[in-house]
Amino acid sequence: MLIGGINVEILIASLMVASVPILLAALGELVVERSGVLNLGVEGMMITGAIGGFIIAVQTQSPVLGFVGGAVSGAAISAVFALLTQVFLANQVATGLALTMFGLGVSSLAGQGYNGIKPPATGSVPFGPLADIPFLGRILFSHDWIVYASIALTAAIWWVLKYTRTGLIIRAVGESHEAAHALGYKVNRIRLLCILFGGATAGMGGAYVSLVRVPQWVDGITSGAGWIALAIVVFASWRPWRVLIGAYLFGGISVLQLNLQAAGSGIPVEYLSMAPYLITIIVLVILSSGRGKASMSAPAALGQNFHASR
Amino acid sequence: MLRLEKRPNPSRFWLYATPAVAVALTMFVGGLLFALMGKNPFEVIRTIFWDPVFGEFAFYLRGQLLVKAGPLILIAIGLALGFRAGIWNIGAEGQYIMGAICGAAVGLAVFPTENRLIFPVMIVAGAFGGWAWAMIPAILKTRFNTNEILVSLMLVYVAETILAKAATGFLKNPEGMGFPGSRNFSSFPAARNSYIVESLGLHWGGVAALATAVLAYILLTRHIAGFQIKLAGQAPRAARFHGVSPARLVVMCMGISGALAGLAGLFEVAGPAGQISIDFNTGYGFTAIIVAFLGRLNPLGIVLAGILMALTYVGGEMAATNLGLPSAAIQVFQGMLLFFLLAVDVLTNYRFRLGAGAARAAGVK
Amino acid sequence: MTELLRVDGVTKAYPGVVANSDVSFSISEGEVHALLGENGAGKSTLVKMIYGLVRPDSGSMTFRGQPYHPAKPAEARRLGVAMVFQHFSLFEALDVAENVALGMESPPPMRELAGRIRAVSEEYGLPLDPTRMVGDLSAGERQRVEIIRCLLQDPKLLIMDEPTSVLTPQEVEILFRTLRQLSAEGTAILYISHKLEEIRALCDEATILRRGKVVATCTPRDRTAREMAELMVGAALTPPQRHPGEKGEVALGLSDLSVDSPIPFGTSLKGVSFTVAKGEVLGIAGVAGNGQDELLLALSGELRVAPDKLRIASAPAGDLGPAERRKAGLVAAPEDRYGHAAAPDMSLVENAFLTAGVRRGLVKRGFIDWAATRAFAEEVIAEYDVRTPGPDVAARALSGGNLQKFLIGRELNQSPSVIVINQPTWGVDAAAAAAIRQAILDRAAGGAAVVVISQDLDELLEVSDSFAVLNEGRLTKPRPVLGLTMDEIGLMMGGAHGMEVAHHAG
Repeated sequence: MLIGGINVEILIASLMVASVPILLAALGELVVERSGVLNLGVEGMMITGAIGGFIIAVQTQSPVLGFVGGAVSGAAISAVFALLTQVFLANQVATGLALTMFGLGVSSLAGQGYNGIKPPATGSVPFGPLADIPFLGRILFSHDWIVYASIALTAAIWWVLKYTRTGLIIRAVGESHEAAHALGYKVNRIRLLCILFGGATAGMGGAYVSLVRVPQWVDGITSGAGWIALAIVVFASWRPWRVLIGAYLFGGISVLQLNLQAAGSGIPVEYLSMAPYLITIIVLVILSSGRGKASMSAPAALGQNFHASR
Repeated sequence: MLRLEKRPNPSRFWLYATPAVAVALTMFVGGLLFALMGKNPFEVIRTIFWDPVFGEFAFYLRGQLLVKAGPLILIAIGLALGFRAGIWNIGAEGQYIMGAICGAAVGLAVFPTENRLIFPVMIVAGAFGGWAWAMIPAILKTRFNTNEILVSLMLVYVAETILAKAATGFLKNPEGMGFPGSRNFSSFPAARNSYIVESLGLHWGGVAALATAVLAYILLTRHIAGFQIKLAGQAPRAARFHGVSPARLVVMCMGISGALAGLAGLFEVAGPAGQISIDFNTGYGFTAIIVAFLGRLNPLGIVLAGILMALTYVGGEMAATNLGLPSAAIQVFQGMLLFFLLAVDVLTNYRFRLGAGAARAAGVK
Repeated sequence: MTELLRVDGVTKAYPGVVANSDVSFSISEGEVHALLGENGAGKSTLVKMIYGLVRPDSGSMTFRGQPYHPAKPAEARRLGVAMVFQHFSLFEALDVAENVALGMESPPPMRELAGRIRAVSEEYGLPLDPTRMVGDLSAGERQRVEIIRCLLQDPKLLIMDEPTSVLTPQEVEILFRTLRQLSAEGTAILYISHKLEEIRALCDEATILRRGKVVATCTPRDRTAREMAELMVGAALTPPQRHPGEKGEVALGLSDLSVDSPIPFGTSLKGVSFTVAKGEVLGIAGVAGNGQDELLLALSGELRVAPDKLRIASAPAGDLGPAERRKAGLVAAPEDRYGHAAAPDMSLVENAFLTAGVRRGLVKRGFIDWAATRAFAEEVIAEYDVRTPGPDVAARALSGGNLQKFLIGRELNQSPSVIVINQPTWGVDAAAAAAIRQAILDRAAGGAAVVVISQDLDELLEVSDSFAVLNEGRLTKPRPVLGLTMDEIGLMMGGAHGMEVAHHAG
């Protein structure tokens, strides 16, 4: 199917791949924010995961271990944020910014000597004849396992938050830390675990950039994906399935603009490459203007530190 | 067991001691990092922190300090006003770029006219460019309640695209033989940001930075607007009760920080950088965030912090050329500094106590 | 009766204050035991230790004959100790069933839990819909959520912290019926309050705390409220002096003011009208969450309305902001001292400037006269007996009562013509409360028009000339306090809808 010189089938298939990094990062951040913590360091955690995963994958020649390595490095650097905000009660906004700057530096330092190397390839899952179904086969059955894992993770987070006691406790802590503390829940410990989880998924998202999307190591490889992920959490009003929709929309826009650039449409390249950022801004405006609709569903304790005084 | 306890009064001692302790800790852990990388930590630390001021090439490098510190101070003061009020403009890098483009465009438009008014007009245009770019998140915030952190940051990427377009398109040097980049201001005296005291590295941007620091200090300590900024940051509801309009405050703080970032951009492009090029911006807008916090969001503290941060840049370059230290290591070093600062900062408002026994000893008098 | 809980020589100290010192008492099964004391007497700390939130420094407890030292609330709950909190234990954005589940050790699946909530709430006469969002419930209903949460775990000991402060007189009756039913079934109840008539009506035994120590034990039915009050406060109390003055012309008028609440889960104001004359004190009662905060915001200028909806000295003022209203003569004191009326981390001098800049002329050409501001802060500290090391300490370092004296003094010393105060003595000890009420009455006698919003009926009856009730954002028609009976007040609080008809007719 061709529309305006663009193959729709390939467009959909590639937007699913393009959106994996921001989907993973945004899902983690969703859990973090639901527990009442605003971690602005997503970009830093992603890029640390990108280099961590890349190094492990290159050293072991195993893409799977690479993703594990990405998750571990993302979680490790998020532990710094967790320590600062949950133990030392540092300002979450400032610490998040510091995390991003630190992550960019660390990744660039660790990545010395890994420029120009090709990582081991992550193959698509063999679905056999299913992949040959016209149109749907290309869209649904032609991807690597992370694409499916990211969709499964969306479902899992939705289920955990909605139906399990763990999810209930996370939401409760994000809603009112005083009340949760009065009932005997360890607010800062629960938040700390959520932050580590968020770090792990962001790290995995970053590893997907360096192992599959690009695939090689370049400084600043995530180029703002972490910030987009943060915007998508707001866009999704803190709900997992809407995060998936938001990530796919954004993935779609960035794939589309690349396709348009390649197809040589009349639109200047500059406008196309700033389009994803401008559209994100516009979407944020539309969502937040509905008489504070997006902010109404925000966790009530978002961004506030908790200290049990008495 | 060690536990935290809130101080009834913020500690004045720790308010001032925190940056010093953070710097010391960063040097220590940074030294370990350099040692791990196979460098002699003492040599590296000396190269970064000592040599630019007292070393062999200090006569040149001292000047470089102010050249680098100027824009950092200028941007950081603007950011600090916003941060104090709880308004998080983190897109200063974008405002810096737009200020540079606007100011440069005005100058280049009249090339090669020689007139004493050209540079002042460029300054105004630079401030306007940064201000206008900052007004986008400000107005979206006040009109639609859109998150200013995300919008101002997204606009950095947009500004970078516009910069690329400017360097390769509308501001490209017509006599540049096809190379990207604008005309160089060094060959355009009326529009040049020239040195006032060359040995100190003091150009008009440095003068502006120091003057801004003094003005901002007075604003914060004596003027009602400064009181309202602090109040809004510490207790937003009390600020509304006092009569602060949150929307006006957002527009004011974003406007000031945008204009100052724009100014910094203009002084840089018309002075040390010399021309609009694809990558003339070197991340001052982001480093200024560290400077603002390191200076305790206090204008005079920011001057010191800006000079210290400039030291890590200048010294870092030295260490890169002389000792082969990767430039990314300096970035890590700067990030670490902010981390330690935030961690040690807990001591301003809390103190550590040993278990319950200590509390009892303090309580039963 | 068998002894259920014994507390023996328990001591707990915090930096700078001994919350409990050598406290002992015991409760039997099925007993309703009152813990009586002023704010800051150590009642809350004591029950937090019984509930496992705080660990005692020394002393011991026994529960059903076994040594008892819960390390966390979950352990206390497992052994059969349940607690209904005064504040801070419900989640507004979660529904009733989820809130209940969070307070249980091993809650059944949600559907089953919803059924049990319905069953138990019917059984004890506290109807509750498990699917409703807690943020949408009234204060009384919220308390039911807490009580049901406890009852579902078959508690042996139920701790209730100031349960009636959020209830209408009728709701108090329902609660007492439930508590008597529980006590008849053998559940012991530890009842914390400083309302003496309630304790006389409900409790079998009372332990009276003062400054962290047990000062007396008694059987409430055998004592008068006055006797218990003097035990509690440790001194004879003198009620404030009234100087009935002439009512002057109208200083503040609201006509049919309706405004949406800016607070999540808040209550919007619906057609509020009243006038206050010079020298008059209007008392506005109502259960928490019926629009008190919104009314204060609308009066202080933080919420703006159409100009002619609110008049100060008959000049339209609805569209003026807080600073402009102060200029026009209206000062306001919000309920929340830490963050609304004052910036907790700022010094008393800065907090003095917060509202007094306009009327005391502390700003010249945009610059603040800090010397004059300091003098003003020192004046308030001296005149209102604020106990503080000096004007430079942070507001958060002051105790609730001291800070409130400072904040009330800050407003009263601006020679205002209209004074609006929400909860003037909430969380303030008796001596400070008496001083604050006296100061308010003195200003009224001096010709100021005063609006006092409070949930403390006794306080309102003590200071007001006229009396009205806020109910779901509607205000009843103000009536003279003289000759008002408790039954009539209860009716006003119970349903304002009937009153609303009368109000429109009149």
